[in-house]
Amino acid sequence: MKEKLDLIKAEALKQINESGALDRLNEIKVNYLGKKGELTAVLKSMKDVAPEDRPKVGQMVNDVREEIEKVLDAAISKMERAKREAQMKSETIDVTLPSKRSKLGHRHPNTTVMEEVERIFVGMGYEVVEGPEIETDYYNFEALNIPADHPAKDEQDTFYVTPDILLRTQTSPTQVHEMEKGSLPIRMLAPGRVFRSDEVDATHSPSFHQIEGLVIDKNITFADLKGTLAEFAKELFGEDTKVKFRPHHFNFTEPSAEMDVTCFKCGGSGCRFCKGTGWIEILGCGMVHPNVLKMSHIDPEEYSGFAFGVGLERITLLKYEIDDMRLLYENDVRFLKQF
Amino acid sequence: MNTALSWIKAYVPDLQCTAQEYTDAMTMSGTKVETYEALDKNLEHIYAGQITSIERHPDADKLIICQVNLGDRTLQIVTGASNVSIGDIVPVVIDGGKVAGGHDGGPLPENGIKIKNGKLRGIESFGMMCSVEELGWDTNMFPDAPEEGIYILPADTELGCDVIALLGLRDTVFEYEVTSNRVDCYSVLGIAREAAATFQKPFYAPVVQLKENNEKIEDYISVEVIDQDLCSRYCARVCKNIKIAPSPAWMQARLRASGIRPINNLVDITNYVMEEYGQPMHAFDLSTIAGNKIIVKRAADGDVFTTLDGQERKLDKEILMICDQEKQIGIAGIMGGENSKITDDVKTVVFESACFHGANIRKSAKRLGLRTDASGKFEKGLDPYNAEAAINRACQLIEELGCGDVVGGLVDVHVPLKDKNVIKFQPERINKLLGTEIDKKDMLKTFNMLEIEYLEATEELVIPTFRQDLEGLADIAEEVARFYGYHNIPMTLPSGEATTGKLPFKLRVEERIRDIVEYSGFSQGMCYSFESPKVFDKLLLDQEDPLRNAITIMNPLGEDYSIMRTVALNGMLTSLATNYNRRNKDVRLYELGNIYLPKSLPLTELPDERMQLTLGMYGEGDFFTLKGVVEEMLESIGMTGKLICSPDSCKTYLHPGRQADMIYKEDVIGVIGEVHPDVADLYDIGTKTYIAVIDIPVILKHASFDRKYVGVAKYPAVTRDISMVVPKEILAGQIEEVIEKRGGKLLEEFSLFDIYEGAQIMAGYKSMAYTISFRAKDRTLEENDVNAAMKKILNGLEEMGIELRK
Repeated sequence: MKEKLDLIKAEALKQINESGALDRLNEIKVNYLGKKGELTAVLKSMKDVAPEDRPKVGQMVNDVREEIEKVLDAAISKMERAKREAQMKSETIDVTLPSKRSKLGHRHPNTTVMEEVERIFVGMGYEVVEGPEIETDYYNFEALNIPADHPAKDEQDTFYVTPDILLRTQTSPTQVHEMEKGSLPIRMLAPGRVFRSDEVDATHSPSFHQIEGLVIDKNITFADLKGTLAEFAKELFGEDTKVKFRPHHFNFTEPSAEMDVTCFKCGGSGCRFCKGTGWIEILGCGMVHPNVLKMSHIDPEEYSGFAFGVGLERITLLKYEIDDMRLLYENDVRFLKQF
Repeated sequence: MNTALSWIKAYVPDLQCTAQEYTDAMTMSGTKVETYEALDKNLEHIYAGQITSIERHPDADKLIICQVNLGDRTLQIVTGASNVSIGDIVPVVIDGGKVAGGHDGGPLPENGIKIKNGKLRGIESFGMMCSVEELGWDTNMFPDAPEEGIYILPADTELGCDVIALLGLRDTVFEYEVTSNRVDCYSVLGIAREAAATFQKPFYAPVVQLKENNEKIEDYISVEVIDQDLCSRYCARVCKNIKIAPSPAWMQARLRASGIRPINNLVDITNYVMEEYGQPMHAFDLSTIAGNKIIVKRAADGDVFTTLDGQERKLDKEILMICDQEKQIGIAGIMGGENSKITDDVKTVVFESACFHGANIRKSAKRLGLRTDASGKFEKGLDPYNAEAAINRACQLIEELGCGDVVGGLVDVHVPLKDKNVIKFQPERINKLLGTEIDKKDMLKTFNMLEIEYLEATEELVIPTFRQDLEGLADIAEEVARFYGYHNIPMTLPSGEATTGKLPFKLRVEERIRDIVEYSGFSQGMCYSFESPKVFDKLLLDQEDPLRNAITIMNPLGEDYSIMRTVALNGMLTSLATNYNRRNKDVRLYELGNIYLPKSLPLTELPDERMQLTLGMYGEGDFFTLKGVVEEMLESIGMTGKLICSPDSCKTYLHPGRQADMIYKEDVIGVIGEVHPDVADLYDIGTKTYIAVIDIPVILKHASFDRKYVGVAKYPAVTRDISMVVPKEILAGQIEEVIEKRGGKLLEEFSLFDIYEGAQIMAGYKSMAYTISFRAKDRTLEENDVNAAMKKILNGLEEMGIELRK
C-alpha cells in the first residue's frame, strides 16, 4: 500500500514539476485529489485493508494528499503570480501622456476678490446685504449729506434716468437702507455694481463695483475703524501688511480718511508698482456723519459708527497685476482661465 | 493747485524742511501733496553774461562767435542764434553745467542736458547761451522772450549773477489735491495756514494798508444788485492813472510756478490775488461802462453776448450778468465781455470782487460750455468776507507796483452776511468719538493755529468765516485728529454686542451656482448693464415685444450705452463673438447680472431688477450638454424635481426647432436653446451656439439647502426594457410623462437608452427604447407587482399610438 502511495506521490510531484500552465495544474489537481482522483480511489479501496491497519493507512493517504496539495497550491500560486505579473507588464502605460481633464471653468477675478472680502467681514460678524443698482436721488445723495446743488454731485458724473432716479454712483445708499430698517446694532457689508460716466480706458470704466461697509453701535470710535480696517488689510494682503490713514473728505463721513496699505509688490520699500512711495491707496472711510445718522432716524448723541468703501476693480487689478481694466469686461477665456 | 514753496514761506518764514518731509507732513495733516518738482532740477551753472563782441564764423554762415563777459571772466561762445546783439545780457551755461531742454522746445529729457566745452566747425566754444526752452519753459510763460532765440535778460542784470535764482527757479513747486470741502485751501494763504499748523510755526497773513487818493468812489461808479439770490456780495474799487507795464520779476515767477502766464501788471495783480486769496476778480475799463453804473441781474432767454475771447455765447434766464445802464458787460463769475475789456490804453479801471452763488455758476458754466479759472473757484461757494479782503489786497498791489492810483472808498453791496459759526467745545465727546485721550490743552493749541477762537466763559468755539466746512462736533473732532495725527490714534476693535455674520440666501444660492457651472466648464464673464437700443433688432425682437420697453439713460456715454438691458443675452453673445473672433475653441461662459424691467415708462418708481444666470457655449457639446448643466445646477440647489422643457418658447433669437422654456413646478424659470442662425450671423459667430438664461428670483422660490436622508435601498430593483416605434411628433417628454404617471409607487427611475430614426424604421416614425426600474422599500418585488405597473405604462403608450416592439 505504502509503495503504491509513494508511487502516486512521486508521479504527482513529477507531473506538477513538469507542468507549464495553470490549466495543467488544475487538471492534475482533479486527477489526484478530485472526487474521482487517484487518492480518492485509494481511500475507496480501504475496505480491502485489515480493520486494524485502516487508521494507519488512512493517515498515510492523508499525508500524501496533504503533501501533494501543498506542492500543488504552491505551484498554482506561483503560476498565478507569474500570470498577473505578465499581465501587468503588458498593461504598462506611458504616464507622461497628456491627462484627460474635466475642463473646469474659472471664476471672474472680481468675484474671487469680492468673496474673499465677504469672507473676512462675515467672519467679523458682518451681514452681507444688497441694494438696488437703480436708485433715487435721495438715497444716492441727499440722505448721504450731499444736498441738491452740492458740487460733490457733479464730481461723481452721475447717469440719470429721470431727474430723481439715477444709476447709483456708489454703494453707500445701502447704508441708508440698512439704517432705515431701524434695527441696531448694524454690521453690514454691501458689495455691488455702481456707475459713473467715465469713458472706457485702461483705468476707467463706466460700470464697476464697490464694497461698502457700515458699523453702527454705541461707543464706536475712530480707533475701532482703524483697528477693523487694519485687520481686514492683513487678512486680504498678508500678515505683514501695514496701513496708513490719511485725512480726506467725504460728505457722509466726518472725520474722514483714506487708507493706504504697504505695497504688496515691494512690501513698502518703493517700486514701480507703488510709484516709489511704498504705499497703495485702497479705500475711503470715516465716522458716519451725524447728519446721515439723523436723516436715518438714529440719534447721534447715543450712537456712532464708521463706514468704508472699497473699489473692487482697483484691488483686483493690483492684486493680480492686471494692467488694463478693459480686460475685466471683455470676457476672453484666455484671460479668465488665468484665475 | 500748484504753488511754489517760496510763496508759502512768504507767510510761514520759519518753515524749514525738505520737499519730501513737507510732502509727507502736509499729506498726513490733510493737504495731500500729489507731486512736487524742483524747478532747478536740471539747471546748473547758468550765469548772466554780456556780449561784448560778435564776429562771423569763418566756415559757417549761420554761426557767430561771441565774446561774453561774465563779470570775472570773458568766454568765447559760438552760437547759431540770430537775435543777439552787442551789449545784450544773456543766460550762459558754462562747461560742466546743465540745461533742462533742447532749443527746439521738445519734451524735456529726464536728466537734462550736460554742457561741455567743444568746437563748432573748428572754432572753440566755452559754453552756451540759453533760450527759454533750454531753461525748461516755453515762451508762452515768458512774454518778454523772443519767439525764437536767446532769452535776453534785463539791462540792469548784474554780470555773473546766478540766472537760476534771478528767474525764481531756485524753488520747488508742489501740486496739492484739495478736497472739495476746503474751499479756503484753493488759495496760497489757505495752504500756508495749514502748513503753519502742521509744522507748528507762526503764520503771518499779508498786512493790507491802502493809501487811497482823496476822491470818492461814489463819484465814479455805483452798483445795484437786482438778483441778490445769486450775488450775496459785490465789492468794487476804482483805480485811475493806470500805467500798463510788465509786473515785477518776483510776481511773474510766482505766477509761472502756479502755471499762470504773466501778461502785464494789471492782469497779473488780479491773477496773483486770485491765487493768494482764492478770490477771482475782474477789471472793467470804466470808460466802457455806460451811466457809470454796474447792475447785477439775470440775462433773458435768447440773449447773445460776446465774451472777451471773441466768442458769442447764448444766454438764458438763469445766467447772472454784469451790466451797465445800457448793456451786458460780463457773465458773472465766468468771463468778462469783449465790450468792456481792458486794453493797453486803459486809464481808469473798476475792480470787481464778488461772491456769486456757487451752484448757479457751476450750472451756468456747464450750460455755456465755458469753465474758467474764475468759475472753478466760484462754483465751490466762496466766503463773502474774503471778497473785501481780496479787493483791498489787489489795490494795495496797484499802489505798491506803481500801476495806478486807488480812488478813496469801496462800493460794497451785500445781503446780511452770516455771523461766524459757533460750536460747543466738548473735549470728552471728541475723545469718545476718536477713541483717544487727547488733552484739552492740546486741542486748544490746534484751534489757535487754525484761527478758531475759544470762548472760555461759554466753552464755545468761534469758527472763522473762511472755514465754512466746520459745522459741528464731528468737524471739530476731525481738526483735532488731523493735527494730533491719524497715525497716533490707537487701533481697537469694536466692543459691544456680538453679531452673527451671514450671507443672505440669494447670495448663497448664487455662490453654489457659480461652483456648479464652473465645475461644468463655464467661466464667469462680466458685462455692462447698459447697451445700445439696436440690441433689440440684433435679437430679432418684434417691434411690439415688451422687452423693448427699456429704461433710457438721460446722459449716456453714447448710444451704445444708452439703455438699461431688459434681456441678458447681448452681453453673452458679444463675449462669445469676441472669443470666436480670436479663435478661442470650445468656449463656455456664464454671467450673473441684473436686467432692469421698468414697471412703467417714463420711470416713476424704481424698476424690477432681476438677477439672471446666463450660460453660453460653442464648440464641444450641444443642446443636451447645456440642458444637463442646468439640471445639475438645479439639483445642487435643492431643486430635485423634474425640469420640463417645453418646446413652444417662441423666442425670436433662438432656433425655432431647438428652443424650450424651462419649467419647474409650473414656473417658467428660464429659456434654453440654440442661437438662431440669423442672430449668430449678426453677432459674427460662425458656429452653433447654445445659450440658457435662468431667472434667479424664480429659482429662489424653489431653491433650498435643506436635505433629508431617505435611506439607501435594501431590496433589489427589477428592471424592464421597452422598445417602441413612436410617431415622430411625439416627444420624449410626453412618453416620460406617461411612464411617470402610470408607473405607480414602485417606479424608481427610467432612462432612454436608445433612439433611432432612418433605415428599417417607417418614415414618420422613430424607434425609442427605455429601461425602467421598479423597487419597493420593504420587500423584494414579485413579477406580478412589476407586470401590473408595466401593463399600465404600456397601455398608456399604446393609447398614444405608439407601437411596442416585442
